[in-house]
Amino acid sequence: MLVLLASCAILVAVLRHMETGIPFIPGQERSVWLIEARVDFMAKGGAVSASLSLPDKQLPGFELYEEQSASPGYGFSIVREYGDRRAEWTKREALAEQSLYYSAQFVASDKVDPATADPVREHHPIYWDDAQELAAGQVLSRARETSSSARSLTRELIKLLSSPSSDQNTALLRSDQTSQAELLMRLLDRAGIATRSVMGLYLEDARRRQVLTPMVEIHTGEHWLLFNPETGETGVPLNLLLWHRGGVSVLDVTGGRNSRVSFSMIRQTVPARQLAKAQNSDSIFSRLGVHSLPIEEQSMFKLLLLLPLGAAVVVFMRVMIGLQTAGTFMPILISLAFLQTSLLPGLISFISVVGIGLVLRSYLSRLDLLLVARIATLIVLVIFVISALSIIGYQMGYSTGMTITFFPMIIIAWTIERMSILWEEEGPHEVLIQGGGSLVVAVIAYLLMQSPLLKHLSFNFPELNLVLLALILAMGQYTGYKLSELRRFRAMDDI
Amino acid sequence: MGMAWIKPARLRELGMLGMNCRNVEFINRYNDRRLYPLVDNKLKTKLLAQEYDVPTPRLQFVVREQHEISHINRQLQDRETFVLKPAKGSGGKGILVVIGRAGERFIKSSGAEIGIADVRRHMSNILAGLYSLGGASDVVIIEDLIAFDECFAGYSHEGVPDIRIIVFRGYPVMAMLRLATHASDGKANLHQGAVGLGLAMNNGACLNAVQFSRQIESHPDTGRALSDICISGWREILLLAAQCHEMTGLGYIGTDLVLDKYLGPQMLELNARPGLSIQIANGRGLLPRLRHVESLKHRRHVSVEHRVDYVMREFAEPDTLEGRVL
Ligand SMILES: Nc1ncnc2c1ncn2[C@@H]1O[C@H](COP(=O)(O)OP(=O)(O)O)[C@@H](O)[C@H]1O
Ligand SMILES: [Mg+2]
Repeated sequence: MLVLLASCAILVAVLRHMETGIPFIPGQERSVWLIEARVDFMAKGGAVSASLSLPDKQLPGFELYEEQSASPGYGFSIVREYGDRRAEWTKREALAEQSLYYSAQFVASDKVDPATADPVREHHPIYWDDAQELAAGQVLSRARETSSSARSLTRELIKLLSSPSSDQNTALLRSDQTSQAELLMRLLDRAGIATRSVMGLYLEDARRRQVLTPMVEIHTGEHWLLFNPETGETGVPLNLLLWHRGGVSVLDVTGGRNSRVSFSMIRQTVPARQLAKAQNSDSIFSRLGVHSLPIEEQSMFKLLLLLPLGAAVVVFMRVMIGLQTAGTFMPILISLAFLQTSLLPGLISFISVVGIGLVLRSYLSRLDLLLVARIATLIVLVIFVISALSIIGYQMGYSTGMTITFFPMIIIAWTIERMSILWEEEGPHEVLIQGGGSLVVAVIAYLLMQSPLLKHLSFNFPELNLVLLALILAMGQYTGYKLSELRRFRAMDDI
Repeated sequence: MGMAWIKPARLRELGMLGMNCRNVEFINRYNDRRLYPLVDNKLKTKLLAQEYDVPTPRLQFVVREQHEISHINRQLQDRETFVLKPAKGSGGKGILVVIGRAGERFIKSSGAEIGIADVRRHMSNILAGLYSLGGASDVVIIEDLIAFDECFAGYSHEGVPDIRIIVFRGYPVMAMLRLATHASDGKANLHQGAVGLGLAMNNGACLNAVQFSRQIESHPDTGRALSDICISGWREILLLAAQCHEMTGLGYIGTDLVLDKYLGPQMLELNARPGLSIQIANGRGLLPRLRHVESLKHRRHVSVEHRVDYVMREFAEPDTLEGRVL
């Protein structure tokens, strides 16, 4: 039975491999980014038109492969306007919340920036009063003193603008609501250097609700050069996709208000050619694959499809090894949390929060509270502890503090609740054994879930999870000794 | 002490029952899940036992609600001795044994005295589920104290020694006497440091004694030689254990019995997932006996007496009179 189940799953995987050409091993192919832009706005009731700036087909580091839009009821077209590619959605009548989607696939390419175009002079209207004009002049001349070219001037300006010990002049300029990018461009305008604004998208696998980062390009005389206005970094980072370059605004909506655009993205390790083949074909595999889902859902599935792996690890550790864990599947939850925070910071924050929680709990038990009230109190305290640690960590500049906030609160509260009950019932020794056991299992599950090969397999070949299922079922029927029993029964040797 | 590990082949040779095997081949196969509440709740077990005429410490009263605790002293006023326990407790947790009174105060089995306020708090903790699995709400049982049987004098630190017998399909297959020690804090749980004594199925003589999985010869607190222990009325004890099969309908149970000086063997509680350490105390595995019972043609109406006589014969220690005794 189990062998049948497992071999079925493997058969399906092999068929899928042959049909769609998705390789079994990741990393041999160029990565494909699926990016979905989502435009949200409140329609006022009348005619609506929305226009979103789209990236060029050839970008530094990326190549547009395919694009499509899914927005039922809207007319959709892609137009060129002043050299800018734009998506336009129109509708005769729309009311209330509207969501429009545009999705595109980008293939990483090693083409260099074709941005040698002529300097187009963009105008950056920021109103400056006399005092500010004067300050701008002084800032510029200070930057000029230590620079020799457009490039070094820009760098010096960014340094001046972002140095924490700013002088009066930069403070005066910054007191406005203008962003650093705008400010920089305005200053460069004044210095006679051609600039254009760029909106970049940082690509990170399985991210949702991302926004564009403002960047600045300057023309050095020969070509355009990208600057990060916050850090002064030059050049296009590998993981930055230049979504919008110069020209008009990123998003224009008429007939609606509160418009905004957000992005979700996911990385696929599938050869671009074969991916396209799979998506265009009507083959059953492409219909039944995770790839057919919207990108937002896909990134969730990426995580979800790793769960069986964690479950298998828990079963293995408990049945075959005999490790005790607090709660059957709490280790999986912890390892999922580690996936978000990465191992070491996650481990440190987890242990410290749970540790502080247990200390607080021991004080609580002196208060003679009823059990329910005590646990509820504990949960409230834990939330305070987490907030406090995050703030302290942030103030001290540790990123660990920040990651604690991402650590799912529910998991922590749940762990402390279980641990405190365990403490009451079995004593601290048992808490150490089971807590340690849970952590060991969680770390092992994390290490497996984080391996690129297993990630790739579980996502691209979801049917392989049936193999895990068969494995779990097989372990459920294992009647041999656990590893821990070889130790527990060691006294039998003397008899 | 031997090595730190034992080979699986050696365990198999000894017929040791492992946790996985116990769960899959015995508990899952012979114990109907629906029947678990009968044994997981001591109150239900006790009421069932009364129905089946299985002797058990008499139930005095039950506290179910928080408000009953406020006027509890009226009920406890003229009770010299009693035992207070959570219905869903396990492993000796939350059991308060009162062995006498000092005026208004209660004397615990450890000799410490407590007041009525302590008893009230203890009861409210039980009701809130402090001692039940996963913190489920619970009820308090107040029952008669077992009077120590003389044959155990000098063998137990504080608590009453209890006899654990594994009953498989109605056949008692292995027995162990558990003696509380100072290390186990008066509790009779092996992993807490109680002494476990394997008992011969034919006469209840001591086979082997262990504490913390190590062989010992004498009681660690009192120093009395453990091999001298002999339990009187062994057949009655086995009969009582075997009866629990009919009472619950469960195929694989651990029965906890105690000997009362006046009332004889009493059933304390039943366990649907009995532990495996009884094998260490006996110095032998359960599997051969379990397989033997499994292979018996299960005739419907084999009487309790018949089964007990069968195991006393079949599982008798051939060498109890010679060298095997410590
Ligand atoms: N009625 C009683 N009289 C004397 N001692 C008792 C009584 N009930 C329980 N005990 C003591 O408490 C221990 C545990 O009781 P038991 O009912 O088996 O609960 P548990 O499920 O926690 O093991 C017994 O081994 C015995 O020492
Ligand atoms: Mg017991």
